[in-house]
Amino acid sequence: MHEYSIVQSLMGHIEAQAREHGAIAVRHVAVRIGELSGVDPELLRSAYDLMRERSICAAAPLSVTPVAARWACRQCGASVAAGGPLRCPACGAPARLVSGDEILLERLELEVPDV
Amino acid sequence: MCETCGCGDPGLVPVEVQEKILSGNERQAAHNRAHFAEHGVLTINLMGSPGSGKTAVLEATARGLTHRHLAALAGDLATERDAERLTAAGIPCRAITTGSACHLDADLVHRALHHLDLHAVDYLFVENVGNLVCPAVYDLGQAYNVVALSVTEGEDKPLKYPVMFHRADLVLVTKIDLLPYLPEVRLEVIRENLARVMPEPLVLPLSARTELGITDWVAWLERERAHRHPSGVAAHGLAHQHGT
Repeated sequence: MHEYSIVQSLMGHIEAQAREHGAIAVRHVAVRIGELSGVDPELLRSAYDLMRERSICAAAPLSVTPVAARWACRQCGASVAAGGPLRCPACGAPARLVSGDEILLERLELEVPDV
Repeated sequence: MCETCGCGDPGLVPVEVQEKILSGNERQAAHNRAHFAEHGVLTINLMGSPGSGKTAVLEATARGLTHRHLAALAGDLATERDAERLTAAGIPCRAITTGSACHLDADLVHRALHHLDLHAVDYLFVENVGNLVCPAVYDLGQAYNVVALSVTEGEDKPLKYPVMFHRADLVLVTKIDLLPYLPEVRLEVIRENLARVMPEPLVLPLSARTELGITDWVAWLERERAHRHPSGVAAHGLAHQHGT
């Protein structure tokens, strides 16, 4: 289970953002996880819940936006359905993954003291 | 009430980040890749289930590539058995014992590289931790991902572990000497299943025991190395700056 390593990296990004913005706490974390990213959203959530205690994210719920795998033809751009051979039905060229492999920190909501 | 926008909470700042969570690993992998390119080393990230025959494939590779200099890094949870086997097969090898970690990452590989002399090495094989899930997520700086899939694992593994096979540049279907005992396992069905997760499935069936198919695998390696490093010699003059 590598989701703990992913959350560790995630925390690193969040701490850097918090420092940059002078935040005292994080209130919300939004990530985007592709179907073919190799990261399981539920495992990510439980790893996050364990690791956020006593961190700057203690009060920050995590929202995970799952992204479905989408394939398209490399040549003509026609969409190629998942589940069958990953070849273009029109021209026979191999497909490429258009989306669905992302492991992305999208947005944060930071608590910044008034200056 | 917030005086600027009336949102009700003066201290909350939304920040649009849009950063790859594994960007740190990607940076380290790019560093490793530059290191390999400088030395003219073709690096293979060899992945597969525990017992899929990764170490046996490398032992057979050493027998098939006697005129080349090979080196290896072997990732293992608890032992150095694979590293010992590879060293005995004539491949200088450094073990990476990961403890409880289920995969190698670019930083673990980078640290192990400091103990390996890459000068005059033609091929570096990184034998990843036996696992069809986690290793697929981490770029190590390799030229190619190669996945060993043994016939005893069954026909459906590509469909069950699509991420691993989607990231594979080449799949070695191993232990084909056992096919006569496995009537329910058909090579053509493995190929069909791979085509559902790999747009351009490249499959080499082989047996490390009988060495059937090893020449095809070795030929693939030689072709790819000639393609990547046409001069065949390392560009040792290039300065290599190490990060901290």
